[in-house]
Amino acid sequence: MAEFFTTTGTGIALLILGQILLIVVPLLVALAFLMYADRKIWAAVQMRRGPNVVGFYGLLQSFADFGKYILKEIVVPAGADRAVFFLAPMISLVMALVAWAVIPFNDGWVLSDINVAILFVFAVSSLEVYGVIMGGWASNSKYPFLGSLRSAAQMISYEVSLGLIIIGVIISTGSMNFSGIVNAQDGNLGLLNWYWLPHFPMMILFFISALAETNRPPFDLPEAESELVAGYQVEYSSTPFLLFMIGELVAVVLMCALISLLFLGGWLSPIPGLPDGIFWMIAKIGLVFFFFSMIKAITPRYRYDQLMRLGWKVFLPFSLVWVVFVAFAAKFDWFWGAFARWSTGS
Amino acid sequence: MSVFAFYLFSISAIIGGFFTVTARQPVHSVLWLILAFLSSAGLFVLLGAEFVAMLLVIVYVGAVAVLFLFVVMMLDVDFAELKAEMAKYMPLALLIGLIILMQFVMAFGAWESNAAAETMRTQVMPVDKHNTQALGLILYDQYFLLFQLAGLILLVAMIGAIVLTLRHRQDVKRQNVLAQMYRDPAKAMELRDVKPGQGL
Repeated sequence: MAEFFTTTGTGIALLILGQILLIVVPLLVALAFLMYADRKIWAAVQMRRGPNVVGFYGLLQSFADFGKYILKEIVVPAGADRAVFFLAPMISLVMALVAWAVIPFNDGWVLSDINVAILFVFAVSSLEVYGVIMGGWASNSKYPFLGSLRSAAQMISYEVSLGLIIIGVIISTGSMNFSGIVNAQDGNLGLLNWYWLPHFPMMILFFISALAETNRPPFDLPEAESELVAGYQVEYSSTPFLLFMIGELVAVVLMCALISLLFLGGWLSPIPGLPDGIFWMIAKIGLVFFFFSMIKAITPRYRYDQLMRLGWKVFLPFSLVWVVFVAFAAKFDWFWGAFARWSTGS
Repeated sequence: MSVFAFYLFSISAIIGGFFTVTARQPVHSVLWLILAFLSSAGLFVLLGAEFVAMLLVIVYVGAVAVLFLFVVMMLDVDFAELKAEMAKYMPLALLIGLIILMQFVMAFGAWESNAAAETMRTQVMPVDKHNTQALGLILYDQYFLLFQLAGLILLVAMIGAIVLTLRHRQDVKRQNVLAQMYRDPAKAMELRDVKPGQGL
């Protein structure tokens, strides 16, 4: 039986399909509860109750919403480019899910263990912008179009600083594989070994850039309700809208996973002596997601020129200087080798 | 399996390229172009050049094509009219195309490769290194100066483009972010005791 899955073509295809389902299904179920958690945290900050009707303490609210979304009628605006209009939400969701193929959840628990894993995630997340641009353009309407133009400029700007920050981590590790990056953070000091300590300013920058990259508040200019109604999503209804929403949230969780892999040691345990494992990874993703929700609750929206200024005039020079600094620190072994983990990584 | 993937990517690259040229709607053209880029990235992966493939996706699809789309979406040009105009120049275009084709045929007909270069070409993947490392060694060790020179040329081009488009208009209001950040309630507002019937 085991031979069938490792040798024959059909077997391998079935095995990979099974692994994909093993990642995607728990992810989507977890997403329902993350959405609920997001709303509850938001409500708690604003001293409201949040969803509390469907299920025990409103736990099933997301599933009720899901039923509502898929049962409504799909409205296509007149003059819309139908093919692109329906392609956009699918691209948004698929691109967000594809990146999970290279994310490890535990040592060796990864669907595709490729050398350029981090570049792959970066490439796929840079494709997510197409969902937004195509959706805004195909709607044949003013507000969505403005939203998609803003989104294109915003995502390209912040991708630059994201890329530079990632380069710093790659220099420290000497590998672009996530398992290599996490193993390079292993050591006998627990959480003091992780990259958040040497790369601390960059972790903050990465977090803020991730907010901008996923269109989360305070950088949700593409869907700013007070200016553009709902930006690129205005003309979407029913299931296409649901796809957009899920895609956006999957991208957020992906960014949480990236932060925990790059800076918070992935599946490594924070206290020396405790066993490493997938629960640490999940706990870290949850922690970062909590910060994402809190930021959404407590910050006002940026003005558009402030957003661009922050990306190009603050983040870009700072992360560029940091790359040079990390290169020197790694080469000449400054700070007791905190920046050069080439022997432990890869 | 990889043969199947090869034909899949090749066919989608050709289809993408074909519709890039023939699509009536310019935005559709760019979208087909993106399909062609992605398919060629897939072909690079099959060759074992995963680093180049990822760079192709990040640079061309993630940045260049987005800017393309950005510009094309905002164009308000009647392309049917433009195409009718273009038809007048068809004979000239055909002539230029024919000349370039003939030049290519002549150049490749007389092309002879060194035997050593030929063997290097067939061995795409370095055996003992990741191709990221191999590329880095070649670019930053062997061809370091040429690489820097290429960077310098690009820098000059970039500065040139900025200088050409930069004009500082005096008649617009600008945001002074520093001044905005240094505002505080003490400077921004003033409390006055307004007497009834008098106003300020």
